[in-house]
Amino acid sequence: MVLEYIIMIVKALVAPIAVVCCVPIEVWLERRGSGFIQDRPGPNRIPIFGRRNAGLIQPVADVVKLFLKEDIIPANVNRTLFLLAPFLVVFVAFTTFAVIPYGDVLEIGGMTIPLQVADVNFGLLYIFALASFSVYGVLLAGWSSNNKYSLMGGLRCSAQMISYEIAMGLSVIGILMVFETLRLNEIARAQGNLLFGFLPAWGVVLQPLGFILFLVAAFAETNRTPFDLPEADSEIVAGYHLEYSSIKFAMFFMAEYMAMVVASGVIVTLFFGGWQIPWLPTATLVAAVGPIVTALLQIAAFAAKLFFFLWFFVWVRWTVPRFRYDQLMGLGWKVMLPLALLNIFVTGIILLLIG
Amino acid sequence: MINQYIPLLIIFIFSAGLALFFIVFSHIMGPRRETPEKLMTYECGIDPIGDARLRFSIKFFIIAIIFLVFDIEVIFLYPWAVLFRKLGLFGLIEMGIFLVILIIGLFYVWKRGALEWE
Repeated sequence: MVLEYIIMIVKALVAPIAVVCCVPIEVWLERRGSGFIQDRPGPNRIPIFGRRNAGLIQPVADVVKLFLKEDIIPANVNRTLFLLAPFLVVFVAFTTFAVIPYGDVLEIGGMTIPLQVADVNFGLLYIFALASFSVYGVLLAGWSSNNKYSLMGGLRCSAQMISYEIAMGLSVIGILMVFETLRLNEIARAQGNLLFGFLPAWGVVLQPLGFILFLVAAFAETNRTPFDLPEADSEIVAGYHLEYSSIKFAMFFMAEYMAMVVASGVIVTLFFGGWQIPWLPTATLVAAVGPIVTALLQIAAFAAKLFFFLWFFVWVRWTVPRFRYDQLMGLGWKVMLPLALLNIFVTGIILLLIG
Repeated sequence: MINQYIPLLIIFIFSAGLALFFIVFSHIMGPRRETPEKLMTYECGIDPIGDARLRFSIKFFIIAIIFLVFDIEVIFLYPWAVLFRKLGLFGLIEMGIFLVILIIGLFYVWKRGALEWE
């Protein structure tokens, strides 16, 4: 019993740290990936013991530098809200990963350990609730900075985030109708079945339109190109985090990258089978290689899918140009919202027809 | 099952502590050389004119109001979607009527030009 509590606490502490550790890797992936796509080397210095390690140490060095920079709080900001905003943004980014499963239930020595921080029955709602919460951070940062660029960036960003939140919320309704649960671990487990005897029953196969809508909405929610208007450097300098310096700037930066990790995690869990290795159900794996190796293989499968989507974010950044604001809002309200409603009706009719 | 909420409580406390640590640690470690110019609002090097407590486009307010209506609609859809197979055809027609009312609302907003940005 005591051991179970210790494992629970360790899992709860390791998850946010793992997400934070994904950030330097993702920053490195983005910089090297940008370099690769633009035919230049990207960061390749910062040697350790004489070895350059392909620039892997660069993001770590950046974080150390940002910690030691002067912390400027401009004279006419609203101090309380100015400090609360980065706190809120990072808090949301840390906690959202808690309900995403990264492996099946591990059964070892008479104990059952779900490879997930909290297996709650409102899993998907928890993610949407916290995602909405991060709008507060952006809005408070934009308003409290008392800077016209920040105000504009904050307003743009919050309007964009709430608009796409509706499309995002509606696009997963189809998935819920198919899998009949909000528990993310059960959704991942249901995707281990086979369709017609050979095709993995992944969400992307059952809900192709839902997947495309969710993917686009995820890009808009994380403020990534082509939806990076809140930060549009050529128009409003940097948007809502313009007045932030030292680690407070880094906190917004980190939160954006952690939001990408969480978005990839949700995409993988809902549409790409989560920790499932195609055609290899947990029972077969446990019989072949034992429970611990199975758990490690499933975590590796989840990480591989996750990093594919992290790379996809970088890939899209250098492929698609930025939207105009009216196009962005038009896409959200006039295209994605009707399509998401259509998806719900079509899914409902098909489900009724096949019984 | 109160047990499932304990990990969430732990992760909330830990995350809040970590976020607070970032702010405080950098505040202590960083140098402090403040000048009036440094504490001025940044406007690309030009002295700022007035402050940012301005009036802004009513469009943002309208978007927020429409968001409120549709977000509540989405919340209604969640329990319905999970129970959909038990409700069957009855559920689809019921939710169809509910959604059609809201879609009429969306078309009204659309035709009145609330979704247009010039």
